[in-house]
Amino acid sequence: MADQAQFADLAMPYMSPLYSAAMRMTRNPADAEDLVQETYLKAYRGFGGFTEGTNLKAWLYRILTNTYINQYRAKKRRPDETELDEGEDFYLYRRLGGLEAAGADRTPETEVLESMPEDAVKEAVESLPEQFRMAVLLADVEGFSYKEIAEITDVPIGTVMSRLHRGRKQLQKRLWDFAVERGLVPSTPAQVGG
Amino acid sequence: MRNVDCDKAAHRLYHFLDGELTVWRRWAISRHLDDCPPCAQGFSFEIEIRQVISRKCRDDLPPELRARIARELGIDTSPSD
Repeated sequence: MADQAQFADLAMPYMSPLYSAAMRMTRNPADAEDLVQETYLKAYRGFGGFTEGTNLKAWLYRILTNTYINQYRAKKRRPDETELDEGEDFYLYRRLGGLEAAGADRTPETEVLESMPEDAVKEAVESLPEQFRMAVLLADVEGFSYKEIAEITDVPIGTVMSRLHRGRKQLQKRLWDFAVERGLVPSTPAQVGG
Repeated sequence: MRNVDCDKAAHRLYHFLDGELTVWRRWAISRHLDDCPPCAQGFSFEIEIRQVISRKCRDDLPPELRARIARELGIDTSPSD
């Protein structure tokens, strides 16, 4: 059993990543702050039930996720149970001209990525339907494994994989649309399909 | 030139990058990537995307939030950190 006196030392260092995750979930700073604060209060109260030596970071994210779902999402009438297409492999890479012979005057694909402003990337992530957004966030930003994400979001591993794969492909579509809108790439894709 | 191995590799792209494959499948894909520069580049681009997303999705923690939470929990945070 964990000791509440240890809570500060162990849990406070995760506040910054939790706040970033809360920003992507709630999409505004005031709600994100309240969500993080609520998460820490609950975690502190429940710290006695945390098994020492198990994954504290995942435990905190589970509280964050549950709090978000129960309190903030409840403001909306229903969760958006959107479905997304399976999507295309290497969506962005193909459009940026990858998988074909490199043209002489083509901007390297990675440069286009690097040139995307932070607010655009955040907006693209935030525009994903909720369940896909959570999966992508937990895996690609926070580095959780499929099993950890399954525990945090309380769904089977198969569902995590499906959400993650579809969410990532959808995210690439949105990044591509953004790059076209902002004129970071020519509006005609280098290659479609293939 | 895309072939069956390329399609198989693409199909397992995310499992491979997520470190969620069996040793044998992981080895088979690594071997294909060694022989197939276009797939290898595609895979490294996907790694790049993930790094860019992770790096650009960070927000600075408002200092007053940290202080507020510490106060709520009755935690004594010395200003030294």
